[in-house]
Amino acid sequence: MEFDLKASEDLAARIRSQTLRMVHRAKASHIGSCFSMTDLLAVLYGGLLRVSPDLPGSMDRDRFLLSKGHGAAAVYATLAENGFFPKSWLDTYGQDGSVLSGHISHYDVPGIDFSTGSLGHGLSIACGLALAAKRKKHDYRTFCLLSDGECDEGSIWEAILFAPQFKLDNLTAIVDYNKIQSFGRVKEILNLEPFADKWRAFGWEVREIDGHDHQLIHQTLTSIPFVANKPSVVIAHTIKGKGVSFMEDRLEWHYKSPNDQQLETALRELRRAA
Amino acid sequence: MRTAFIDTLLNIAEQDERVWLLTADLGFSVLEKFIERFPDRYVNVGVAEQNMIGIAAGLASTGIKPYLYSIANFPTLRCLEQIRNDICYHELDVKIVSVGGGLAYGSQGYTHHGVEELGILRMLPGMTVVAPGDPVETRLATQELNKHSGPGYLRLGKANEPVLHENEPGFRLGQANVLRTGRDGCLISTGAMLGECLRVSDQVRQENGLEIRVVSMHTIKPLDETMLLKCVRELPWVMTVEEHSITGGLGAACSEVLAEAGNFRARFQRFGLPDRVNHTFGSQQFLRNLLMGDLLEEVQLLCRARRLAA
Repeated sequence: MEFDLKASEDLAARIRSQTLRMVHRAKASHIGSCFSMTDLLAVLYGGLLRVSPDLPGSMDRDRFLLSKGHGAAAVYATLAENGFFPKSWLDTYGQDGSVLSGHISHYDVPGIDFSTGSLGHGLSIACGLALAAKRKKHDYRTFCLLSDGECDEGSIWEAILFAPQFKLDNLTAIVDYNKIQSFGRVKEILNLEPFADKWRAFGWEVREIDGHDHQLIHQTLTSIPFVANKPSVVIAHTIKGKGVSFMEDRLEWHYKSPNDQQLETALRELRRAA
Repeated sequence: MRTAFIDTLLNIAEQDERVWLLTADLGFSVLEKFIERFPDRYVNVGVAEQNMIGIAAGLASTGIKPYLYSIANFPTLRCLEQIRNDICYHELDVKIVSVGGGLAYGSQGYTHHGVEELGILRMLPGMTVVAPGDPVETRLATQELNKHSGPGYLRLGKANEPVLHENEPGFRLGQANVLRTGRDGCLISTGAMLGECLRVSDQVRQENGLEIRVVSMHTIKPLDETMLLKCVRELPWVMTVEEHSITGGLGAACSEVLAEAGNFRARFQRFGLPDRVNHTFGSQQFLRNLLMGDLLEEVQLLCRARRLAA
């Protein structure tokens, strides 16, 4: 299938705008974490994942797990933009009585299979899904999006050990490597480098890409498995807060929500870029 | 109990192809029968319990029924948050089986004493918590757990526990079984303390002519409140007996019910492990006596107090 770059970038812009409005209304955090992975989500949900809003529970659908559960707002926006549920639901984000929580929730939310929020859980679940597909000969694929800070968790490395042992080439991990974790720069808190070498040494096939280059993301994710019988990992080099100049690569946007004026400025920037 | 468990699981797996067995690299010389028969439904995840729970959640979300096997605290406390978030939050049909519950690994050290998990798992929403008292209850509990969809925990002893049920009992999760009838007092047991309770009941019957009822409360959650209330309303005293911390487990679960129930006159007492770290090691029997005291003595005290009061 021909990749429509313009459509993909437009989707990303819409996701960013929706996410901004949600986070602003809810006075919620994690906008920076949402924006670093938005381009990845746009390509995945722009046609790469075999999922359909008409059959959100079909056995053969590709599975997508957001292991960095704090990026929930961007995924809700992505699903709404793709027709999994009405966009009006997004207005409830962070509001009393909402089914959309700040860390991703599955219950009554079409298109979401697993709730996460405590870091280090998703990749193990993804291994289970991939193993079930292998053993039961289902041809769905499993994608798991991780944060960099999350890779401090030991359980992630348990799963990294497991997947190559069981030859899970139907499993793809994507790391949103925006280089900032909760208290500062990853390399200053708990350095992951040499990060790609670590995955490689554990038996994964690694690709390092610019996580904001839609064409490259698409090209990379359409060539999985990179090697037969090996799990794939895409280390996506990203920028926290990508898309809004005053948020980019700034730790504070892990926590802050934009005020009215910042919202307007940010939305204007996103419109100009689109 | 572990032999009864694996033999039963093997039978169930013959009928129910959704049944898988996962281990975190424990069960040597126990699990082989299953592994040989169903290699494609067996996974050894390595020594990685947190990962095992997540994997089980992924498998269960596709309709597989994973049974997770490990010992003592490893498949429970070690990965508690995975059980809470990955399994209970998603209401998945995953069964956790721990061998060596209580003080079965007494001489192996405090790390291997599984003495808080009943209370901790009991707090998780939707979790069924079962501690069978003998190999017969183990077989029946395994069968019933497989019919029950949702998160479950099965606490087993080790090997070679005696069969305590002389006849095939009716068995349902959440419904306690009476193994000795009596009107002079009642022991409500969970897990492998059932044998001790029967021994004490029989001894008191022989020596003092008193008839102590013995109830196997194999299911701690959901608790058989009806049976508990019947006992405290019919009998002069009721004592819960468990190889578990005095906080959180069977005694605590019963206390919660009784505190709200009212309308009973029985004296209620809990028999279990003190709420402190144990630094002394030895056989299961040695540690039971050391840490919990003498069950027979406790029962005789209760009976005597009852006579004095009468």
